[in-house]
Amino acid sequence: MASKTTRTPATRRKKLEHYADAKPDQSWPRELYALLKTQNIQQLALVPDAGHAPLIKLCEADPSMTMVRLTTEEEGVALLGGAWLGGQRGVLLMQSSGVGNCINMLSLSSMCQFPLLMLITMRGDHGEFNAAQIPMGQATQTVLEAMGVIVKRADAADEVIEAVEGAMKLAYNGYRATAVLLGQKLLGAKDFRKLAQAA
Amino acid sequence: MAKQLKRRKVVETLLAERGDLLVIGGLGAPAWDITAAGDHANNFPMWGAMGGAAVLGLGLALAQPKRQVLVVTGDGEMLMGIGSLATIGISKAPNLSIVVLDNEAYGETGQQDTATKHGVSLSGIARACGIKDCRDVRTMEEVKALRDRIHEKRGSLFAQIKIDPEKMPLVLPPRDSTYIKNRMRISILGEAALHD
Repeated sequence: MASKTTRTPATRRKKLEHYADAKPDQSWPRELYALLKTQNIQQLALVPDAGHAPLIKLCEADPSMTMVRLTTEEEGVALLGGAWLGGQRGVLLMQSSGVGNCINMLSLSSMCQFPLLMLITMRGDHGEFNAAQIPMGQATQTVLEAMGVIVKRADAADEVIEAVEGAMKLAYNGYRATAVLLGQKLLGAKDFRKLAQAA
Repeated sequence: MAKQLKRRKVVETLLAERGDLLVIGGLGAPAWDITAAGDHANNFPMWGAMGGAAVLGLGLALAQPKRQVLVVTGDGEMLMGIGSLATIGISKAPNLSIVVLDNEAYGETGQQDTATKHGVSLSGIARACGIKDCRDVRTMEEVKALRDRIHEKRGSLFAQIKIDPEKMPLVLPPRDSTYIKNRMRISILGEAALHD
């Protein structure tokens, strides 16, 4: 308690910076967007997350891409099944918390052998501030695998494209549900105390 | 009190002279109903994925903007995916129609009440979500008008049809969903779909 009372704003900030955002490499969302284009991804279904924000912005600016703003992530699993019936490819973007919402709907991909590519930005994974994110974040991969989804991870900027390209091939060549987990080491973990201090 | 509409007669009327209409059947009785009207390559009856029928229809409608897509589902199934009406409302797919056969009960599990039995209006929710043409249907004349409207490309449509809660014999569609999927893809996209 004594150290708390003697801590100055400067030392407090320094301490907080230890947990704060890794400097995100800004090049991968653009490369990812280019990959989605070359792979003829036409429907982008999403519940937004901060980690996906740069990619969402790029896709929003592209009139040839249909954005579907979902109320819950499981809708995206069904939506992209319908897209495939009609001959279009899509990608589903969500945060790891949304994986829990998808569990039963993933039966649809499984029973129909619909190709499905989910790009999942992780919370509760590494350096998380918000305790509420940790249970689902820690369970994300297990839950997906329990439902038969093939899971790849990217924890550094130079791993993203390879992971997504690989998962996309498994999805569309093998008619399988796949997910790429974009880890907090890649995205950085925001520190709510820092945000509160800045406000 | 007018005589209650019969689900099989309603679906048969909606699918009369269906042309190239693409039809999704929500899990449970609506999947049996569309099959009873005639199993078809352009039918996608769902064996599961409760709450997913309407939004699966949206994905198909967006992918096939020149075709009309009809989702026939039940009140319980629609309630589970109620948020998808917001997704559909803002997507404004002009070629998507959603018809809910509302028996005010979870028919497959023993006729327990759904929320529509207690006053929830699905058409009211759909209207509030921005779907312009939302209807409450009570008569066969209204069903016939609805059938014609489904074939017109005049914006998305939602209809809540109150039906007799009678249990009908199960008319099962093909059981393998990969078959149902490929059959529909070949019908829409041609044999080339098998090489995609």
